[in-house]
Amino acid sequence: MSTIPTAPADETPLLQVRDLSVSFLEGKKKHLLVDKVSFSVQAGQCLGILGESGSGKSMTCKAVLGLLDKNFEVTGSSLFDGGELIGANPEKLRRMRGSRISVVLQNPMSCFDPLYRLGEQMEETIAEHMNLSSKAMHSMMVDILTLMRIRDPEDVLRKYPHQLSGGMLQRIMIGLAISLDPELIIADEPTTAIDSISQYSIMQEFVRIKKAGSVAMIFISHDLGVLSLIADRVIVMHRGRAVEEGTAESVFASAKDAYTHHLISQHKAVMNRFLMAIHGSSTREVVA
Amino acid sequence: MKNYVIMRLLATIPLLLAISFLCFVFINLIPSDPAEVALRIRQTPIITEELIAQTREELGLNDPFLVRYATWLWDCLHFDLGISYTNPARTVLGEIGRCLPATLELAGLSLVYVIVLSLPIGFLSAVYKDTWFDRIMRGLVFAGTAMPVYWVGLLLIWLVSIKMDLLPTSGYGGFSSLILPAFTVALSYISTYIRLIRNNMLENMREDYVLYAQARGLKQRAILVRHILKNSLQSCVTAIGMSIPQLISGTIVVENVFAWPGVGRLCITSIFNRDYPVIQAYVLLVGVLFVFFNLFFDILQYAADPRLRERKN
Amino acid sequence: MLQQLFRSPMALLCMGIIFITALLGIFAPWVAPNDPYANDILNKFAGPSWQYPLGTDQLGRCVFSRMLFGIRPTLFLSLLTMLGTIGIGVVMGITAGYFRGTVDEIIMRVVDVMLSFPSQIIILAVVALLGVDIRNVVLASIFIKWAWYARMIRTATIKYTSMNFVLFSRSIGSGNFFILTRHMLPCIAAELAVLASLDTGWAILNISTLSFLGLGVQAPTPEWGAMLNEAKNVMVSNPEQMIVPGLAVVVLVGACNMLGDCLRDALDPKAVRQ
Repeated sequence: MSTIPTAPADETPLLQVRDLSVSFLEGKKKHLLVDKVSFSVQAGQCLGILGESGSGKSMTCKAVLGLLDKNFEVTGSSLFDGGELIGANPEKLRRMRGSRISVVLQNPMSCFDPLYRLGEQMEETIAEHMNLSSKAMHSMMVDILTLMRIRDPEDVLRKYPHQLSGGMLQRIMIGLAISLDPELIIADEPTTAIDSISQYSIMQEFVRIKKAGSVAMIFISHDLGVLSLIADRVIVMHRGRAVEEGTAESVFASAKDAYTHHLISQHKAVMNRFLMAIHGSSTREVVA
Repeated sequence: MKNYVIMRLLATIPLLLAISFLCFVFINLIPSDPAEVALRIRQTPIITEELIAQTREELGLNDPFLVRYATWLWDCLHFDLGISYTNPARTVLGEIGRCLPATLELAGLSLVYVIVLSLPIGFLSAVYKDTWFDRIMRGLVFAGTAMPVYWVGLLLIWLVSIKMDLLPTSGYGGFSSLILPAFTVALSYISTYIRLIRNNMLENMREDYVLYAQARGLKQRAILVRHILKNSLQSCVTAIGMSIPQLISGTIVVENVFAWPGVGRLCITSIFNRDYPVIQAYVLLVGVLFVFFNLFFDILQYAADPRLRERKN
Repeated sequence: MLQQLFRSPMALLCMGIIFITALLGIFAPWVAPNDPYANDILNKFAGPSWQYPLGTDQLGRCVFSRMLFGIRPTLFLSLLTMLGTIGIGVVMGITAGYFRGTVDEIIMRVVDVMLSFPSQIIILAVVALLGVDIRNVVLASIFIKWAWYARMIRTATIKYTSMNFVLFSRSIGSGNFFILTRHMLPCIAAELAVLASLDTGWAILNISTLSFLGLGVQAPTPEWGAMLNEAKNVMVSNPEQMIVPGLAVVVLVGACNMLGDCLRDALDPKAVRQ
């Protein structure tokens, strides 16, 4: 199933992906991981990609970013600001990554090199894309951290990754993602690996970024609740295929596809359980 | 950091005691009577029972076992390792001291070979995984681990020294005589470390921090050198460091192939001559070296890794 | 795991080489064309012929026959070494891992000390102490190698004793010995096989090296290391004498090492992906 989303006539999408397929090559065998997925994002909009682990959602984004090695075969087309990304010059893609398209990943604890201070790792990223004096770079980093509501930024810059919490590292990653004024941010399950309290504040940051301006966003998650906070349009992926596509409200309210239906009803069931558990425990506490 | 170093230093004491105790037990297990041996060393013409008994008393051989161990240990700490059985004119320390420089030269140059060859080859093998370079190197590594050291030595002598007449066949004399034996010693270690570095690099390449570094748009070369290589070296440096005593003990075979006048050859000669004090001293020396190199590189790794530094303080 | 192993052509080739070598060793007296000790001084350093398929050595002895008879000490003594090593290692490791407490503490401290010596030195020391003889080389090899196995098996035992089926087995009243032999050994067997096949290669190298140094198998007895030692003396005039025994060692050790690698790949599907 490959519905081509109809973009509003007045605006051409920033990223337009058509019939994107990814296969993993193992010797002569070919495993199809992503099967003809199409979607598009406009500036100032957020596209949510929903699916369970292994449904191919992260793979889709890695393919768009050109982060898959030669064991993968990518076909289809993905136009970013009018330029083709699939099969593009690796050097051109590299220059684009981090500056025009930036990324926030899951597992913030393992995404930074354990042997370098955070300041050093932020600095190498900025230095890669901008020509700044080290002093200007430093004040820029402090600004980013302050913007991300991190206390004592000078101190944090001198820390090693293992000395900071997952939520803190995730904020730094988000800060680094917006620092170079990207046109597109891809967030790959940014709330999965951190505790629920940090999750909430991290989501607030994303909502803030979205409201702030014209950046386009692709938000990948397996969590319906998280996506309903931020996504304008949602595609649902299942076994490498996009099974449902539409505005967030329409997908949540009236899913046509059986799998999406299943996901939503499960989500509701879990929420009901959760509410029951809260009520149950609170009554028990009252009794005790 | 300071605490850790002190802790590690203290932890080596029981280990050193255990090693020295083993060496002492070793010399006490030998079939010949030390008193009789001592008399023979003094070149006493007629050895009678009384004389042996007298000598036993003199040498303190009738003391309890642990007392004798303490005395021996005390002597060792003062670098008194006894006298050679076969050549009473020579002290064990003198013998070891005479031969050690040659062995250290050999081990030193092999270490240089190991580092200079295995680092770049392991690195390139990982970067160009599954290309012809990697395949050839993997083949050579495999052959390197299957070939007996002495055979490689013999083949090298035949090819380089006899056929091509480039280097001396054997013996001790200047740098040119050192090249072949050192390469032979290094060969099996090179194979091991190419493998180690390659696998370590490949493991690191699958880490999240590499994906994120790519997503940040860093140059591939910078990711490889600044991040992946540095992380792999972290663990490899300890392994290479700890193999230094093994390099020193690994010279035994090569010294015998190349007639190299080092401690390894001394040890083999002593085994044939039943010159036990020399063997004992050699075992003690290598054991102590082993402990100290372990200690040194443990601390080095500790100092280089911010995670370790943090956790234990 | 076994199925996967039999599907790999490399593993089959290695097992084939080892198996055929073993057969040739066992049937050496019938397969060998000549008596390995028979001198034919007129025919020394002869080239390959029908009578001497791989030529003769400096005493006119048949190189091919000597190579076949050389399988016996090399392969069988290294297998004996591994048997002894694994035997002691399994007993010590399971004892330490299953009973824990003081026993564990004592065994592991001994293991620590054993592992803090380079293996070559211990072997030389033991051979020096017991006298120059191939039996002592085997003893010495077992003496230093068991510690590695004891440590590995202890870890595995601790891991498996906490698993459900062992707890279940204990709860229905099976005896300790029964639990150990019936349930745990098969679990450890796979890991053990990898280590053992790699170490068989090591043992072969070790035996031939010590024989080369003159500390193992003694002169007239055909053994690959000892043959190379004799070949060394004539290497200027007849370098071809080094080829046959050297290649024999490389092929056999290579087969053992490769088999170990294949076993490891079959054990760990993740490793194949690399």
